[in-house]
Amino acid sequence: MSGYSANTRIRWTEWLPWVAAGAFFFVLPEYLSLGARILIFILFALSLDLILGYAGIVTLGHSAFFGLGAYTAGILSAKLGVHDPFIGLAAAAAMSAALGLVTGAVILRTRALTLLMLTLAITAILLEIANKATRLTGGADGLSGVQVSPILGLFRFDLYGKTAFLYCLVALFAGWWVVRRIIYSPYGAMLTGIRDNATRMHAIGAPVYWRLVLIYTVSATMAGVAGALLTQVNQFVGLNVLGLEPSGDILVMLILGGVGRLYGAFVGPVVYLIAQDYLAKQYPEYWYFGIGVLLIVVVLFARGGVLGIVDQLRNKWLSHSKPKSSAKASAR
Amino acid sequence: MILYVISVGLSVTMGLMGFINLAHGVFAMAGGFLLSTAMSALGMPFPVALVAAALSVAALSVVLERLLYSRLYAAGELAQVLFSIGLIFVSVAVARLIYGNLAAPIFLPDYLRGQLHFMGRDFPTYRVFLIAFSALIIFSLWFGVERTRWGAMVRAAVDNRGMAQSVGINTRVLFMATFALGSGLAGLGGALGADILPVQWGYPFEHLVYFLIVVAVGGLGSLRGPFVAALLIGVADTACKYWIPEFGAFLVYAATIGILLWRPMGLFGVRA
Amino acid sequence: MALALQTEKLCKSFGALTVADNIDFRLEAGARHALIGPNGAGKTTFVNMLTGALAPTSGRILMSDQEITKTSQAARVKLGLGRTFQITTLFRSLPVLDNVALAIAERQGVAKRMWKAASRHQEIKDEGMDLLGVLGLADDAASAAQDLPYGKQRLLEIAVTLGLKPKVLLLDEPAAGVPSHDSGKVLQQLEKLSSDIAVLIIEHDMDLVFRFAQRITVLVQGQVLVEGTPHEIAGDKRVRDVYLGEATHG
Repeated sequence: MSGYSANTRIRWTEWLPWVAAGAFFFVLPEYLSLGARILIFILFALSLDLILGYAGIVTLGHSAFFGLGAYTAGILSAKLGVHDPFIGLAAAAAMSAALGLVTGAVILRTRALTLLMLTLAITAILLEIANKATRLTGGADGLSGVQVSPILGLFRFDLYGKTAFLYCLVALFAGWWVVRRIIYSPYGAMLTGIRDNATRMHAIGAPVYWRLVLIYTVSATMAGVAGALLTQVNQFVGLNVLGLEPSGDILVMLILGGVGRLYGAFVGPVVYLIAQDYLAKQYPEYWYFGIGVLLIVVVLFARGGVLGIVDQLRNKWLSHSKPKSSAKASAR
Repeated sequence: MILYVISVGLSVTMGLMGFINLAHGVFAMAGGFLLSTAMSALGMPFPVALVAAALSVAALSVVLERLLYSRLYAAGELAQVLFSIGLIFVSVAVARLIYGNLAAPIFLPDYLRGQLHFMGRDFPTYRVFLIAFSALIIFSLWFGVERTRWGAMVRAAVDNRGMAQSVGINTRVLFMATFALGSGLAGLGGALGADILPVQWGYPFEHLVYFLIVVAVGGLGSLRGPFVAALLIGVADTACKYWIPEFGAFLVYAATIGILLWRPMGLFGVRA
Repeated sequence: MALALQTEKLCKSFGALTVADNIDFRLEAGARHALIGPNGAGKTTFVNMLTGALAPTSGRILMSDQEITKTSQAARVKLGLGRTFQITTLFRSLPVLDNVALAIAERQGVAKRMWKAASRHQEIKDEGMDLLGVLGLADDAASAAQDLPYGKQRLLEIAVTLGLKPKVLLLDEPAAGVPSHDSGKVLQQLEKLSSDIAVLIIEHDMDLVFRFAQRITVLVQGQVLVEGTPHEIAGDKRVRDVYLGEATHG
């Protein structure tokens, strides 16, 4: 989809998510907090897709950056009294970028299982630290008392979550725009090259390791911003932003939507979080069961997630209605 | 030591089949639950129940392997990770449905309770039994792999599957059998350890990191590796929690990172 | 005249096994040089050391009189060293044009840019299409690399390497696995290569070797047996005994 042969003009379908978000805002004002949560996780999923879908790095530790961003924003406000939301975001971004750079530089020399293990270990360490450093993080009780001053001094965070929703929407838009640029750039083409055949990449003179470290850092920064948003919107941060669980969740969300295709990161969290909101409350045991089965089914039969299925259906429809049209034209 | 018994199966499965099976803890959990059920609901004596649990888990694993795992052998890392996570979710849900929220109660037979007097010190009988039993398992495994023909075939297939096949080794059956062994061991470990590591529905998640650490640090495909790793981790974890409780499991994770960076193949890793 | 590529006493051992034994090798600028030898002679290992994928146990490698023994793979590519692989190594799921474009972008330093869209870099696409045209692959530009017939994939691999504008080109069995009616096309392309480029090919196809090469090095069990013109090699009894005797069977 990216690369030198791609068409980069924004297709009309690409405006749909934003239209949908706008509609959501006006039509379903009671669900705005769920909506904000969805937006945040879409941003988180986008960051993961950058390294998983495009660079091919399989990680279970992405929550480390999410959690670090969340706690940075939380501590900044609750412990250091800095309430400006943008400073919170900037601080979270800086911290996550630093962690991403350091850990990326260290672990990207390894591959496969070792890499996976290291990512897990890193997020586990952060979880331990958050758990034990009670004075700073509130430990198992979490950190409350997070306040957010009005954005630009004008927009207060209201009880209905309107400001929060729009705040997250703008952040997501910015994140989406950046990701889209990167994916279509020569850098993005190079990333798909690494994912496709790293040996060939080395043989054409690309310093693969450094390129991966860079995208890992960018991805970490985005995840950190997403985490900070969560803290600011909930005015609380707890241990559930770190460790294996959120990493696993976001991985599942991304797979459901479809990896490596930009909008999978949109579809996945929407489906997952809405389903979770409804089903997990009603039938908590069945929630895990259902997600597990769904995951297995997706892995075995529908590797491309929801969007993959949509693609297949579209190709079938196109090849039925226009017998001569080549499969190449409609495929990405 | 429990860690070892559970994890060695994982080392072999991952090393042999190159399959990243995060759901290994599921088999351990199943072992624990089955033991508990066998003893309380069916009234089996401890040793019988233990064997029954291990065998049932092995049988279950064969079913899963034939139906599901075998489709994913060539599927790549991501697919395997996702599949095993999905499997964890499913089994966790099933466990919760069947057994509820509590840990499975284990009633140790009288001859395994209490303390043993040895060299002027008291040792909990069960722990001693565990250590002895684990040693027995380790020895038989070592013997089985190093000395017998089956062991040689497994080692050949670990080294080079294609070559092994062309020499006439039926890798499909071999994998199935080895997977069953690995999972059976996990079940055994879970059952044995149920007293110390309580078996309840969140089990595979909680201990996943530890299993993986033991395997990754020990080295895929090796038998000695996870032994040493489990030992190190067990000791380090206990020591750390005893002397510097504020740090908790921190040391274990930090040590894991350190070791993996120094030796990405694990301490005794066999292959890339 | 500076040698394009040179090795001095290059050695490689894996434990007790020596796969490269004091190899002295000289590749002239603009050369058409072939490296032949029986299977297991160590030819691919030698090439891997030349490109930096494998570190030698001892000895030196020089490129245009500059020592590159410790230089990284990527840096050697930047210095002008390109290679193709014995087993086709392409970006299989990417379009043919992208395969070449990625190499061109690396060479021009464009590959690391994150802002402007790749498909807007018209100069790169144009250069890519030109290159594809030279190799007869222009019509396949939009197809995925893995959809090409094998012979064309081998040509594509050469195209990708040419996109780097190398000064030294190492081709590892370019005609391997190519059906015999297509190997003529491979030879055609090799003959079209610019005389600025020093070319070293490893090959088993003796037809190709004798038509293409101006100098031949024979490698046996990690050691250079003899080096000379095709005429000398064809007439050398030792070579016949060791190697050409086998080739007449196949």
